[in-house]
Amino acid sequence: MRIKVQYAMVLNLDKCLGCHTCSIPCKNVWTNRKGTEYMWFNNVETKPGIGYPRSWENQRVHRGGWHLNAGRLELKAGGRVSKGLNIFHNPDLPTIDDYYEPWTYNYERLVNSPQRKHQPSIQPQSQLTGEPIKLKWGPNWEDDLAGVGETGPGDVNFKDLDYSVYLKFRNIFMFYLPRLCEHCLNPACVASCPSGALYKRDEDGIVLVDQERCRGWRYCVSGCPYKKVYFNWKTGRSEKCIFCYPRIEAGLTTLCSHSCVGRIRYVGVLLYDADRILEAASAPSDQEVYPAHLGILLDPEDPEIQKVAAAQGIADSILSAATRSPVYRLIKKWKLALPLHPEFRTLPMVWYIPPLSPVKHHTESIQEQDFIDNLRIPVTYLANLLTAGDQAPVRLALKRLSAVRRFMRSQRIENKVDREVSESVGLSEKTIEEIFRLLSLARLEDRTVLPRAPVKGDNLFDSRGTCGFGDSI
Amino acid sequence: MLKESFLNRLRFFRPKANARGCQEEKTADNWAEIRCGQREWEDFYRRRWQYDKKVRSTHGVNCTGSCSWDVYVKNGILVWETQNTDYPDCGEGYPNHEPRGCPRGATYSWYTYSPVRLKYPLIRSSLMEMWREALGQCQDPLEAWTSIIEDPEKRRRFHKDRGKGGFVRSSWDEAATITAASLIHTIKKYGPDRIFGFTPIPAMSMVCYASGARFLSLIGGSMISFYDWYCDLPPSSPQIWGEQTDVPESADWYESTYMIVWGTNVPMTRTPDAHFYTEARYRGARVTAVAPDYAEYVKFADTWLPATAGTDGALAMAMTHVIFKEFYMDRQVDYFMAYAKTYTDLPFVVVLEPDNDTWSPGRFLRASDLDLKSKNAQWKTMLYNAADASFCVPNGSIGFRWSEEGLWNLKLEENGKQINPLLSFASEADVWEKVSFPIFELHEASSRIGITPVKKIQTPAGEIYVTTVFDLMAAHLGILPIQAPEATADYPTGYEDPRPYTPAWQEPITGVPQADVIRVAREFADNAEKTRGKSMILLGAGTNHWYHSDMIYRTIIGMTTLCGCQGVNGGGWAHYVGQEKVRPQAAWSQVAFGSDWIRPPRQQNGTSFFYFATDQWRYDNFNPSVLHSPLSKTAPARHMADYNVIAARLGWLPSYPQFDQNPLELCKEAMEQGATSDEEIIAYAVKQLKSGKLKFAIEDPDNPANFPRVLFLWRANLLGASGKGHEYFLKHLLGVENAVFNQDSTLRPEEIKWRNPAPEGKLDLLVTMELRMSTSALYADIALPAAGWYEMHDLNTTDMHPFIHPFNPAIDPPWESRTNWDQFKTIAEKFSELAAVHLGNVQDLVATPLMHDSPGEIAQPEVNDWRKGQGEPVPGETLPNLTVIQRDFPNAHKMMTALGPLAEKVGVGSKGVMWNASDEYESLKKIVGTIDKEGISKGMPSLEQGKQVAETILALAPETNGEVAVKSWAGVEQKTGLSLQHLSKARQGVKFRFDDLTVQPRKIITSPIWSGIESEERRYSPFVINIEEKVPFRTLTGRAQFYLDHQWMRDFGEHLPVYRPPLDMVTLESTNVKRNPGREIILNYLTPHSKWSIHSTYSDTLTMLTLFRGGEAIWISDEDAKKIDVRDNDWLECFNVNGVVMAKAVISPRIPEGNAFMYHAQERLINTPGSKRSGLRGGTHNSVTRIMVKPTHMIGGYAQLSYGFNYYGPVGSQRDEIIVVRKAGEVEWYED
Repeated sequence: MRIKVQYAMVLNLDKCLGCHTCSIPCKNVWTNRKGTEYMWFNNVETKPGIGYPRSWENQRVHRGGWHLNAGRLELKAGGRVSKGLNIFHNPDLPTIDDYYEPWTYNYERLVNSPQRKHQPSIQPQSQLTGEPIKLKWGPNWEDDLAGVGETGPGDVNFKDLDYSVYLKFRNIFMFYLPRLCEHCLNPACVASCPSGALYKRDEDGIVLVDQERCRGWRYCVSGCPYKKVYFNWKTGRSEKCIFCYPRIEAGLTTLCSHSCVGRIRYVGVLLYDADRILEAASAPSDQEVYPAHLGILLDPEDPEIQKVAAAQGIADSILSAATRSPVYRLIKKWKLALPLHPEFRTLPMVWYIPPLSPVKHHTESIQEQDFIDNLRIPVTYLANLLTAGDQAPVRLALKRLSAVRRFMRSQRIENKVDREVSESVGLSEKTIEEIFRLLSLARLEDRTVLPRAPVKGDNLFDSRGTCGFGDSI
Repeated sequence: MLKESFLNRLRFFRPKANARGCQEEKTADNWAEIRCGQREWEDFYRRRWQYDKKVRSTHGVNCTGSCSWDVYVKNGILVWETQNTDYPDCGEGYPNHEPRGCPRGATYSWYTYSPVRLKYPLIRSSLMEMWREALGQCQDPLEAWTSIIEDPEKRRRFHKDRGKGGFVRSSWDEAATITAASLIHTIKKYGPDRIFGFTPIPAMSMVCYASGARFLSLIGGSMISFYDWYCDLPPSSPQIWGEQTDVPESADWYESTYMIVWGTNVPMTRTPDAHFYTEARYRGARVTAVAPDYAEYVKFADTWLPATAGTDGALAMAMTHVIFKEFYMDRQVDYFMAYAKTYTDLPFVVVLEPDNDTWSPGRFLRASDLDLKSKNAQWKTMLYNAADASFCVPNGSIGFRWSEEGLWNLKLEENGKQINPLLSFASEADVWEKVSFPIFELHEASSRIGITPVKKIQTPAGEIYVTTVFDLMAAHLGILPIQAPEATADYPTGYEDPRPYTPAWQEPITGVPQADVIRVAREFADNAEKTRGKSMILLGAGTNHWYHSDMIYRTIIGMTTLCGCQGVNGGGWAHYVGQEKVRPQAAWSQVAFGSDWIRPPRQQNGTSFFYFATDQWRYDNFNPSVLHSPLSKTAPARHMADYNVIAARLGWLPSYPQFDQNPLELCKEAMEQGATSDEEIIAYAVKQLKSGKLKFAIEDPDNPANFPRVLFLWRANLLGASGKGHEYFLKHLLGVENAVFNQDSTLRPEEIKWRNPAPEGKLDLLVTMELRMSTSALYADIALPAAGWYEMHDLNTTDMHPFIHPFNPAIDPPWESRTNWDQFKTIAEKFSELAAVHLGNVQDLVATPLMHDSPGEIAQPEVNDWRKGQGEPVPGETLPNLTVIQRDFPNAHKMMTALGPLAEKVGVGSKGVMWNASDEYESLKKIVGTIDKEGISKGMPSLEQGKQVAETILALAPETNGEVAVKSWAGVEQKTGLSLQHLSKARQGVKFRFDDLTVQPRKIITSPIWSGIESEERRYSPFVINIEEKVPFRTLTGRAQFYLDHQWMRDFGEHLPVYRPPLDMVTLESTNVKRNPGREIILNYLTPHSKWSIHSTYSDTLTMLTLFRGGEAIWISDEDAKKIDVRDNDWLECFNVNGVVMAKAVISPRIPEGNAFMYHAQERLINTPGSKRSGLRGGTHNSVTRIMVKPTHMIGGYAQLSYGFNYYGPVGSQRDEIIVVRKAGEVEWYED
């Protein structure tokens, strides 16, 4: 057993407002400069829809992530040999139009326009070429189901469903999917890089592109099935979500989770067994990847694990954070949060609680046994998104969410402890109370539990006087 | 960093391990790797995050979020912002307000250095040329301005250039001189009441609002209201409670156990608060969403009721039918009954008026009807006391408010004797009578007959028949009491009988299945019964922005009242659109309207102002007879504008310009005619009015003498955002090219002089003070660069949370931009300098309406028009109040920059509550310092700087100064005979200073200005003080009113909550415009609040434009798109008689067939092509709207139906409108 530390995130889609506040400070701080205009380390998509870049989920088009080749894990885009042969031509790269051609406007014209016959107005012009452009796509083109009548049929999550039934006014459903780098345990981007510029940090599992070493081959871009590595056209290097490590290192949460006004984001520490990554990522069927992935996440309260972790040099502060980790509870203890497209086999570490939705039929009560099947969002759709099509984990999560509501309601309205409800979903009253508190009441400090300034080293005393000066001294 | 060779950088040759001794590792079959060395490059991103300081500030207008932000400065550059998370705790068991913010606010820093920012004072080049030439010739600025503005050719020359570019850089001195000259010219020639200022939502930046408001109020100009004009004001709120708007803070949603969200898109428009909505569900709350589309808030609901847009009143009537029947008639719920008897007008007695074979509901029975001798007997309403079977006069009606007996309270007492109000006469009726009620359907109005238990009363005037409001409600709803002898044919046999107002009746109107209506109504009431009122309805623009907003709301709010939800934490109405809550309201208004120097200020209601100023009244073809009740026996007026003239004449509504004569000249003339006192000047004016020599300006709005002449816009984008009837603004107010396709209406008012041709270009000068080149700035004559929100001191509050928090400057205003306070100071200084030469110190006659919360609210028990010989014109009774005011024009600047003596001498107050502020006045001298300069302001507290203004507000306000809070209750205690000081006592010693707020937002203190309680134990919920402390609502009966007995209400059939359908805009000829051959569809045009801007602010930030489609867009359904062969992202041309707007099609299955959604405040500046139809650039979202006024909103001098600025008055609705939509094909850009 090799115990490693992963900082991970859970997003509660049942609470997501689709407001995009998460994306803005991220954009302002990290990708607000030439070469990064089109990059959104964090973006939010409306579902159903095909997202940003277009059809990123469809690996028949993009060939990202891993697959099993005769039982052996292999990059979908091919192994080392094929990469070597094609190093100057990568056919799987999304084009700029798949993302969107970043644009701006000649704003000065509104201020400086000479007297004209017609009122001045400004038109989009490309940030890449400076030429006027017609807008055809953007980082959030399908906001609130915009144009989804045309794009929706391309949403791969409609697999085994008749999309035309759901893309009608009376049957429509909607939810949001905020996305950032998954900081995977088995990152396809890292494996794809011919320069070895991508790596996973030892202390927190954050996956980075070394800006000095990157040679701009862009295999990380195509290799990532989530399309969360971007190519900076100005520096010629790839960039991606850095999990705000400069903030994380100080014990602050990421900008996206700090600014999440829906309070849907939970950030915390997970321990996992690095020796079993391959085993989990190579699970025989797509639907077995999620349970295998869960299986390598370690129980931080298990004395045995604690002992081994300590022996392997994991600090007390990290172990302490791991035992208080909100993400561990949501993912492993309560099984409310699920991974995004586990069939990509990268073992992603940003997980999602599936959303409840209004009932589609006129039912007498939402307490009916089969109400999960009466929700507007088809379970199949969520299962395609989160569990490689396996409905059982999705049903369990939705039932548990609903049980929390029913339990709390009977307690508040009838002054009654409804054990039937808690037992039906296999949760104790105490656990239901705990879930309620975490989903509903949790303050920022409860939603984000991280060690503060977990810097290690022998010369910290010197660093105190020199840090920030960089190479000049 | 280490220099590395190319080979080292290739993965297969890179050295392993490093100095730190941690090994690189491979995982997953050597595919993945962990690295712990060679990471010095990571400083790349660390350096980006490092910054030099962060400063607490926020965003200032047109958003009710009131979120506290950290603004970061790095290397002297303002770089980004993040949300603060340090709000005081909401208490155990509640989520906190944290983090507050939204994507719009998060992009604000984009503006700071953006190329769309105004950096220098700009002046229209054609004006600048003429000005410099004129000034060169005559030196005197007034003379120079006069030579331009009184030369029709020159005036026209720069007016027609408006909006077409051509700005040139000027200086502050030059811009201020032109502005001051135009003010002086206007005051001298036409009067100060021809000068106007418009800026909205003071709560979000109080000092900025106060800047121009204070200056303009001091010189006699008028501020224009926004809340009613925006149609965000729910007139239903003053109608029902006498309260402008008071709502739960968002944390109180969390206390609710059943929520109906009904037309307010909480995640989209109340983004920082929405988590309380989503989190309440985990606490067990159930949610029903009523929305025409699959809106964002529907996502969180358990049940979606997709009611057709605008039909919400029908849905609510059917739910009310179910609740009334099942919870009041079939079974009586004790809690509901007790609530209804104590806090509503349901037990109050109404006199029936004979109406052919049936009866009509008339006025409330008053003490005067029985000739009971008591002060204000005409204003004391009555009920029937079951305890001793007699009619009685309970405490609390408005007559008690102004009779000073200490009986204005909600104790169920008459002269100290306990009473038990009888809700219904059904069990002891003298007789059962038929009563008629109007019914309104889309194309016609009719009536139904109900049957009501009646008691007969002998009065000095003869026998009268009376019943209760409760009995009228039952008869109106079609619910037959079991005691009734027989039903009429109009009673439904059950819920499935489609007679009004059953669930089956509403189904074809709303499209909502009746079973769902019944279920939701039961769930709502059942929940309220079990929780004693914790059922809540969240409301907003979707239900309020309609012509009949008040009727939609009255039907919906009635449900919460019937279920005892108002004044209960977690229950009641929760109205969220544009609601502004200046928490330190009384103190702020003192400063903002210069009441520390001069009272009263002029304050104009926006809708009426723009209706006349932009000549939209000339096009108004809505015949009042169509709106009238079929049961009314009085003849309707000829034209909607006639009602407004009557309202102005009787003192119901303000009306500026006041008269067709300069009020300064009028005073002078009076004195020349021998008047020696204020009273004699007023008497002279009344005589002139009576004789008809002096007319109200509103009777002749197209007379050049009655034009508005100068308009200031700041923190406001009137032309790009709120200006309903945008093209009419361009045509008549500004005099520029426009896309008005409409014709003068054939309907002509009888009270207004008609002039041909219609004037174009009424406004001499339009000045905007703006951060950015908005549509308003683009069409202005002078555009002055304003400081951004991160560049000033100011204060910010909202009703969404209980905190007050500050703006602080992270940087000084860059380039030549200035804060609004400094901008108006600059203009005031120049104005004062010129005024010393040209104006001096003179008298001004100010007309103000009969205000709510003043004795004027009981001035007119009957509608009598003196002009029609029904009585005498008497100021303050049958006329507006008239006050003579000394205008010390040369001292305007000195007055603006010091806190004047009236704060100390007369006191501070609001909403009928006043207190002395001499202690605070003294302490302010120490807090902000005093004026040293010689003159009238010497020794007074200084208001030179924005921060001093903020400190002044904090010191004077009960909400931020505990001492003031405690003493402010004294007046209310006297009127009510209740003990109330205890509500503020716990925080008596608390005094907030500006810097305290910078440390952390602070929770405000309970005060008599608001109806809820601020405490550590509970969240803010409105009307808690009324319910728990028994302070009356500020209404006729003192209770929440279902019944409105004013003659006009009955004439228009709106005395009871009733369904009124959306206006039939086809019949009103909205689409009666030349049509091209080809495929076109007609859609109901909705303008909800946008996700990608706060009104027009942020609509131009690149980030917001990038996040949604880069410019004007309009949403339509897949079904409608197919009809006109349009695909997603095609250009659409949308038009009607009012104008045309060009926008990109957004096609979505979320949108219902028949509706177009054009999100609000999309300006014509960005990605707006030309329209072939108009030959002009496509317009704004308001290019296809126009103002439709509703007479019942104009009622005044009648208890809660009395005017208040931003408080009551006609609303500028826009959602009934329809448009023609066609595919535009290839568009042209009109680059010339």
